[in-house]
Amino acid sequence: MDKRLERILPRVQKPARYVGGEYNAIIKDKAEVDTRIAFCFPDTYEIGMSNLGMRILYGVMNNMPGVWCERVFAPWGDMEEEMRKAGIPLFALESGDPITNFDIVAFSVGYEMAFPAILNMLDLAGIPLHAAERKELTPLVIAGGTAMYNAEPIADFVDLVSLGEGEDLTEEIVELHRRARREGWSKDAFLRAAAKLDGVYVPSLYDIKYREDGQIEEIIPLDGAPIQVTKRIVRDMDKSYFPVKTIVPSTEIVQDRVMLELFRGCIRGCRFCQAGYVYRPVRNRSRDLCAQYGVESCNDSGYQEMTLASLSTSDYPQLTELCDQLEDFCAARHVNLSLPSLRADNFSMSLMQRLAKGRKTGLTFAPEAGTQRLRDVINKNVTEEDILQSCRTAFAGGYNAVKLYFMLGLPTETDEDVLGIADLAARVMHAWRESATNKNRGVRITVSTSWFVPKPHTAFQWEPQISKEEYERRVALLREAIKTKTVTYNWHDSDTSFLEAVLARGDRRMGRVLETAWRKGAKLDAWEEYFSLSRWLEAFDECGIDPHFYANRQRERGEVMPWAMISSGVSEGYLWRERERAFAAETTPDCRTHCNGCGANRLVGGKCDV
Amino acid sequence: MSKLRLLFIKEAQAAYISHLDLLRTFQRSFPRTELEIKHSQGFHPHPIISIVLPLPVGQSSDCELLDFEVTQTTDGSGIAEKLNTGMPCGLRVLDCYEAVRPVRELALLRADLELDYDNGVPEGAAEKLTELFGREELIIQKRTKRKELADVDIAPMIHSVELREEEGKVCGTVVVQAQNPGLNPQLLEKAIANYLPELTPDFVRVRRKELLDAAGKVFR
Repeated sequence: MDKRLERILPRVQKPARYVGGEYNAIIKDKAEVDTRIAFCFPDTYEIGMSNLGMRILYGVMNNMPGVWCERVFAPWGDMEEEMRKAGIPLFALESGDPITNFDIVAFSVGYEMAFPAILNMLDLAGIPLHAAERKELTPLVIAGGTAMYNAEPIADFVDLVSLGEGEDLTEEIVELHRRARREGWSKDAFLRAAAKLDGVYVPSLYDIKYREDGQIEEIIPLDGAPIQVTKRIVRDMDKSYFPVKTIVPSTEIVQDRVMLELFRGCIRGCRFCQAGYVYRPVRNRSRDLCAQYGVESCNDSGYQEMTLASLSTSDYPQLTELCDQLEDFCAARHVNLSLPSLRADNFSMSLMQRLAKGRKTGLTFAPEAGTQRLRDVINKNVTEEDILQSCRTAFAGGYNAVKLYFMLGLPTETDEDVLGIADLAARVMHAWRESATNKNRGVRITVSTSWFVPKPHTAFQWEPQISKEEYERRVALLREAIKTKTVTYNWHDSDTSFLEAVLARGDRRMGRVLETAWRKGAKLDAWEEYFSLSRWLEAFDECGIDPHFYANRQRERGEVMPWAMISSGVSEGYLWRERERAFAAETTPDCRTHCNGCGANRLVGGKCDV
Repeated sequence: MSKLRLLFIKEAQAAYISHLDLLRTFQRSFPRTELEIKHSQGFHPHPIISIVLPLPVGQSSDCELLDFEVTQTTDGSGIAEKLNTGMPCGLRVLDCYEAVRPVRELALLRADLELDYDNGVPEGAAEKLTELFGREELIIQKRTKRKELADVDIAPMIHSVELREEEGKVCGTVVVQAQNPGLNPQLLEKAIANYLPELTPDFVRVRRKELLDAAGKVFR
C-alpha cells in the first residue's frame, strides 16, 4: 500500500471505502493489459457500489481480454482534504494507481446533482476539466447513465456520451479507442469515427445557436455527425450479461444485498417519470433464468437478502411463480426476498405471504397525488380503492406501518389536490382500524412529499416547476390539514429540487455555472452536508444566467429543447399527445393492455414483448 | 451442537475493515461451509458469533480468534479451506477447531511495533524509549465511554518491551495486557508524546503476533 495513503487512512471516516481488495474485485496482470479504464461513479463508495449498472459494465469491460476496468468513487470531504494535502491524486481501487494516465475515464451519471462531483474527480485526478484542453487520445473522458439523456450541462467536460444501456456499446467504444491508439489516430479523427457508432453522442460535433430571448435557435451537427442520436438497448434480456459473480463490499453499502434484475422498462407510462419513458420498451428476463441467477448470486456472495429489482416489480408477469420457485432455496439458506416498487393496484395477499415471513416492518406505496383527478393527469392509474385495499391487506397481514409518497407541484394541481393527500392518509388510518389484526402496537402512517421536478423526455418536459414560495405554501397547507399524531408528515428540502429542475433541463451554457459553482466549493451536492443553494445562486449571478429561465418557464410546443439531438426511442409527438391527455385528465392504458404507439417498439424491431 | 473457534489473519486492506463489517463478512462466508450457525432465541434472533479480542481498525494481526456456535456436531476440520474461498484480500482463516479454552484465560498479547521517523531516528531513541516503557508510572489521557478525557496509568499493563533501531525506524516487540483492562499498543505513542515529545514518531504500525495466557503460553 502507498505509504502516504497508509498515513491518511487512520484519520478518515470509514477507511475501508478507499482500499479495495473486496471479494471478487478483479486484479489483472499489467503485462497482459493494453487498455486501462477508470470507471468512475460521481458519488461515494456506498452509493456507487449499490448501482447495478456499474456492476454490469464492470463485468462486461473486464470480460474483454487486455482490458482492465477499475472502480473509482468520490472521496468524502475528510478524505479529499487529506488527499489534496498529501498530494495523492485520485486513484483506482483495484491497483491503487492514479487514474491520470488511464486510457479511458468513464463516468456513470445517474442524477443531475452528481455533476459537480464529476468536475471535482477530474480535478483530483489531475485531468484537465475541459474536453477542448485535452488534445491527446488519452485519457478519453466519457459518460453514460440516465442523467445523460440531457448531457448538455456537462457537454464541455466530456469527450463523448454513451446513450442507453451500455452492454454492447461500451465494448464498441473501447475497441474503437484501442484501434485508434494502435493506429495513431488524432483525437478528432477518433471522435468523428465514434460519432458513427449508434448511440454515441459527441458534444463537440454539435454547434448550438441561441436566439435573443435565450431559447435555442438551432442545433447544427458538424463533420457528418447524426442529427439525432438514439439510445442503445439490449434486445434480449436472456442473452444479456448478468453479474452473478460480483464484488461483495467488505463495508456496508446502501443496497447491501443481491440485486436480481427481473426486467427493464415499465408498462405503466406515468407522465412525470423519466425512467418510465427512457427505459422503454419493456423486456422481461425469463423466470427460470431469474431463479437461476438469484440462486447463483446468493451462493457466490453469501448474502441472505435478495431484492427483486425493476422499475415496477409487481408488474413482472410471473412474480408469484418466481417467488414460489425460489421458496425452497430461500428457506434452506435463510434468504429474505424484498420487493421494492410495489404498486398499490396489484399488491395481493398471495404476494404478501411470499414476502417477509419473519419480521414485518413497513410497506411503501406511491400514490403520487391526493385526488383521482390528479392521479389521472399524471396517468398513475391507481384508484383510491386500490390504495385502501392494499393497506387493508397489509394491516390484516400484520404490518403496522405504511409509507405513502406524493409529489407537490404537479401540473394542474389545486389546493383541493393537496388537501386530498391528508384525506387519503385519514382513510388509510381508518382502514387500519377496520382490518388490523393486532391493534396493540398501534400504527405508523408516514406521508412524504417531494417537489415535482419536470424532466426531459417526459410528457411534462415543457412544464414549469412551481415557484419556491408556492411550493412552501402547499407544504404548509398540507401540514395544517394533517391533524392526527399517527400520521407523520415529511417534506423534501426545496433548495435541492429547485437546482435539480434547473440542471435537468439546462443547456450547454450551464457548463460555466457548473464550473463556477465547483470553484466555489460544490462537490458532493447530492448530500445535504455539502449542498448550498447560495453558492449556486452566486454562480448563476456571476455567469449572468437566470435559473428561473430553466426551472420555471412554460415552453411552447416546437421550442428546440437542449436535448433535441438525443432520442430515447419515444417520439416527441407521443410525449406531446400524452401532455394533451394529461391536461384533459384522460388516462392512457398500460402497454400490456394495448400499444399506444410511443415509438420505442422500433428499438426491438417492431413488437414489444410485454 | 458444537462451539467452534477460528484462527485468522487480518492484514493489508482487510486491516481497515471495522469490527461490525468484519462480523458481516464472516456471516456471509458461513453459507459456504454447510454449517448452520446457531441463532439467539427471542424476537429478533441474531447469529451467535463473536470476535474474541476486537482489533483496532488499521492494525494487522496474525492471531485473530472468532467464536461461533453451530447446530451440527463437528470438530471443525475442512472449514477453514471452505471459508477462504470467499474472503476479501488480507483475511485468511488458518484453522477451525473446537473452542475448548475459555476466553477468560486469555491474558496477554504480543505485538510487533514499528515507529517511523521520517527525518531519521533521533540519537539513542530505542534505549530512551525502552527506559520510558519500563517506568513505574505512565499517565496518558484516554477518552472514557462517556467521551470525557481521563488520566490512565498504562504502566501496569505493559509487561515487556524490546526495541531496536532499524533503517529509519524503531522496531520491536511488546507484551501488554489483553483484557480487564487491555492496552491498545497504539497508545504507547501517546505516552511518548507526553513524556518524550522530541521522540514522537511520525507514524506507528502495530501487528498482533500472539495471544498468551497468564503463564505466557500460547492461547488458542
